[in-house]
Formats: sequence, structure tokens, C-alpha cells
Amino acid sequence: MTSPADLTIHEAATLLREDALSAVVLTEAVIERILAVDNDVRAYLTLTPEAALEQAAQADALRAAGVTLPLLGIPIALKDNLSTRGVPTSCGSRILEGYVPPFDATVVRRLKEAGAVLPGKTNLDEFAMGSSTENSAFFPTRNPWRLDRVPGGSSGGSAAAVAAGEALAALGSDTGGSVRQPAALCGLVGVRPTYGRCSRYGLVAFASSLDQVGPLTRDVTDAALLLSVVTGHDPCDSTSLPAAPFDSTAVLWTDDLRGMRIGVSPIGDSAGVQPDVRRAFDAAVDTLAGLGAEMMTVSLPHSESALPAYYLIAPAEASANLARFDGIRYGYRAKAETLEELYTRTRGEGFGAEVKRRLMLGTYALRAGYYDAYYRKAQQARTLIRQDFEAAFAQVEVIIGLTSPVTAFPLGERVSDPLRMYLADIFTLPQALAGLPALSLPCGFDADGLPIGLQLTAPALEEGRLLRVAYAYEQATPWHIQRPVRS
Amino acid sequence: MPMTQEEVRQIAALARLALTDDEIVLFQEQLSAILDYVASLQELDTHQIPPTATVLPLHTVLREDVPGSTLPQDEALFNAPQAQAGCFRTPPIIVKE
Repeated sequence: MTSPADLTIHEAATLLREDALSAVVLTEAVIERILAVDNDVRAYLTLTPEAALEQAAQADALRAAGVTLPLLGIPIALKDNLSTRGVPTSCGSRILEGYVPPFDATVVRRLKEAGAVLPGKTNLDEFAMGSSTENSAFFPTRNPWRLDRVPGGSSGGSAAAVAAGEALAALGSDTGGSVRQPAALCGLVGVRPTYGRCSRYGLVAFASSLDQVGPLTRDVTDAALLLSVVTGHDPCDSTSLPAAPFDSTAVLWTDDLRGMRIGVSPIGDSAGVQPDVRRAFDAAVDTLAGLGAEMMTVSLPHSESALPAYYLIAPAEASANLARFDGIRYGYRAKAETLEELYTRTRGEGFGAEVKRRLMLGTYALRAGYYDAYYRKAQQARTLIRQDFEAAFAQVEVIIGLTSPVTAFPLGERVSDPLRMYLADIFTLPQALAGLPALSLPCGFDADGLPIGLQLTAPALEEGRLLRVAYAYEQATPWHIQRPVRS
Repeated sequence: MPMTQEEVRQIAALARLALTDDEIVLFQEQLSAILDYVASLQELDTHQIPPTATVLPLHTVLREDVPGSTLPQDEALFNAPQAQAGCFRTPPIIVKE
């Protein structure tokens, strides 16, 4: 039995265009799926079914009037750190419980203008800090492929929603891997665009020099479609690149990779890579070579420094960004007699353990007398990591590696050991620090039937290369067609 | 480099975080482990390497000087835990002894 909720965006768009499906029927199917599975999966923090059905009815009226829009009538889930006018935006935190933004994030506005239907807001690690969605203040999300496993994080709610058919696609945010890693663990395509390609206006800030919004989709074609809608310059974000939106029509959509030079970044022995994940990677290298790509080894010698550098830079930026949560203007306020007490109690009671740890770490790194030894050193490491990529991209057009060293791990396995959780991001941090676009797509399954993710990296603004290689690989492999089995 | 409990208290005060005694013990242990791990950066030769604060070319972004609309007062105060007379209400900033 197939439901329209399991369609890709482009499949649904074709049916809508041919009038073989209506946006209302599609949205009803998605809502029905949410009601059927979300008690187990728990992908959503807030549901807006009435508004979604209204948007769907509007989409159908527009279709009847002959209007065409890239996402007309397509249900898309939003990570709950994207501001939505009139709809609660909690960032998975008690400190923002009940907060209702008075404006839409630019990416949300762009989805609406493209005709999308918005069924709700998805769960995340509090303020996007985590790799399993277990740091949500409200509840953990479960992996639709196996409910005793995490969906990855921090965009775990978005990934789980798409994998379970609770939306056709979703937006997440990627600071150090938070789109790509959950995409890998949930068997999806996830893209981190070039830094500055997607507006950050209305994305609640975690680490401003790293945060980017990105799509989670069921295939490469859908990723390109969503990218073309949400990218583009925004005067409301001073770090927004003056580049045109991503143009999916300029991508070479072919299964032929002849002449393409692809760099393979060797997987070290120390990264704790699961054996069947390593085998899937080796097979992917062979598949790409079989498609005609010229494969060569590239060296990124400073990648090992990415993890320590990231866990100084991101917390340092967070400690400044999250100073705004003080109990004065919005969100939770603790009972207090003095202003100082109001600040410290509100933050002490409102933030969860991981957020507090990172705020402490960032405050420590930025403290007078320690700045050079920690923060500045990390920023220098960041330069070395960028230089590694620059040297590699002088030889190759795209670099491939793994997204995550392991498949979806059991709930509860890492949450009490922060350092072990941080290691989940080991392969996704270098691209984030270098501001480069990167994409994760399915490249197989482990012995337990859990998805494995292949990661592609390109130079700045070369998302088109990522999509070309990913599309060719996808055409040659069956992984993206598989869906989790519902019990 | 292990962090002392006293340091944890100092950092928490700087970060404006009221921590419980249990949290202080837990964070002392966890932050010490994390700092120990990030100390591996010290081995990196960064002589004459400039720091990267942002991957973008740094320049001041300006916009046209045209008037636009701002958030109306009622919307700005909508999420306030306590509001009064068009202002955010807080406990007294100066307390008489």
C-alpha cells in the first residue's frame, strides 16, 4: 500500500501538475501518517494541521487558476529553530517554551512564497547543540528505521519526519554537521550549502560563523529543488553572499562522470569507523570509478584538528549569542528578587545540561588570559583546515568521504558522555569550519539494516558539482528507493 | 588541564548561570575531560598562521538609507514575561539598603 506521503517532491509535483493528485489529499495523507506514527517517532514539537490544510486548499485554488510555483502544495517540515510568525519556536529549550515569533525567517518566507504547505515544527537538540536529538528539553526523537536508535542530530526531528513520511522534505540547520549527520543516519539526502548561501535571518543563532540552513530530502533531485528555493541573497543577513540563488537547471543531470576528478580522503584508522560502514565507502568509490570518474587520493592533514577547534569556536560564539536569553523580553523567567538573580536563575533553570556545558566552555575559552591559548589557536587551526581544502581542490573537483563513522547508535548510549557524542561529528566539522558546501547521501545499509551516508564536498558556491556527482551515484545505486518498514 | 570546582563557579558566574552543587561536580569532571581533549591543539604548529574568524571577506555591509517599518509595540511586548505601561518589567536594578 503506497501513500502520497511517501512520494518525493518531484513525483508529487508531477502528479499535481497532471491533476492526478490534489494538495489537500497530499496534505491529508501526511497528517494521517503523522497521527499514525508520531506517537512512536516523535519527530514534531508543534503541529499546525489546520493551517497546513488551509495552505493546501489555497494551493489547489492557485493550481486551478493555472499558477505554477516550485513547491506548490508540497508539505515541508521546519526545524524548530527557524522563526515562524504566529507559530511557537522553542529551539527545543525550556527557555523559549511558549515563545511565538513576530516574524518569519527568510527561508520560511521563501518556502511560503514558493507555495509550500507547512505541517509543523520538528524536534532538535536544544539550540541545535548535539548529535542525537536526545538533548531536546522535551523528548528524544526516534529513528524510523529502528525505534531504539537515535535519528542523529541536531536536525533529528526533521530527518525522522522525512524518513517516516511525516513530510515530503524538511529544512534543518547545520553548524557542525546537523543536517548531514541525521541525513546519513536516516537514509536521506542532506545538504549544507556554502556559508552565506542561505540567509540566517530568523534562524536562531548558535554559532554565527558556522550556522547554515539546509534541506533534508528523499533524493538528490528534491535537494536541488529545495536549494533553488531557499538560497539567494538577503539584505537582512549581513553575512549573506551577493550570489544568485542556486540554479538547478545549470546542473549536469547525467549518469556519466567521465572527466570528473574526485578526491578520496582516506579514512584514518583512529576514527572508530564501523567495519560495514568502511566497506560501503570502498564500494561507493568503486561505483564512482565505474561511472567514469577519475579517482585520486587527497590529503587533508589538519582534519584531526577540526574537532578540538570546533569545540572551542562554536561554544565561544554560542556563549555570546545565547547571552540574549535573560528572561527579560521573551521566554522563561525564573522567580527572583534582584535583576542579577533573575538572569542567573532564568538561565540556570531554562537551559539544559549540554547548553550549559557549551556556554561554560565558550566562556572559559574567551576569558581574559586564556584567549590566545584556546580561541585564537582554534581560529588558526581553522585557517590550516581551509588551506588543506584549497590545496586539494587545486587537484580535484569534488572530495568524497564518510558522513558519520557509525550508523544510528542506540538511544542513551552516548548522552551521558559529552566527548563521545562530539566524536559523532568528526567527519562533518572540517567543511563547516571551511565554509564549504557538502552533501550526504545514502550509500548502503549495515548488518542491522541501518542506513550509511556518503559525504561529498565541493569548493565554495559549487553545489552544482555535489549534485551532479550525487545524482549520477544515485542513478547507479538502489539505496534511496528503500523506505523504513513500519511495524 | 583539570578544572577546579572554584573555577567552575567563576565561569558559571561569568556566564550568568546559577548551577546546583551537583551540576558543579558534574561539570568539573566533564569540562576537565573536554579541555584535556582540546589541549591537543597546542601541539599544532601555528607559527605565522593568521586566525580565521569568518570564511567571508570582511567588509562592512551597508544598505540604502530608506525608512522602513519596525515592530509595533504590542508585538514587541507580546512575548514579555512581564510588561507594564509599554515597557518590559524587571525586578529593581538598584536596591535600597
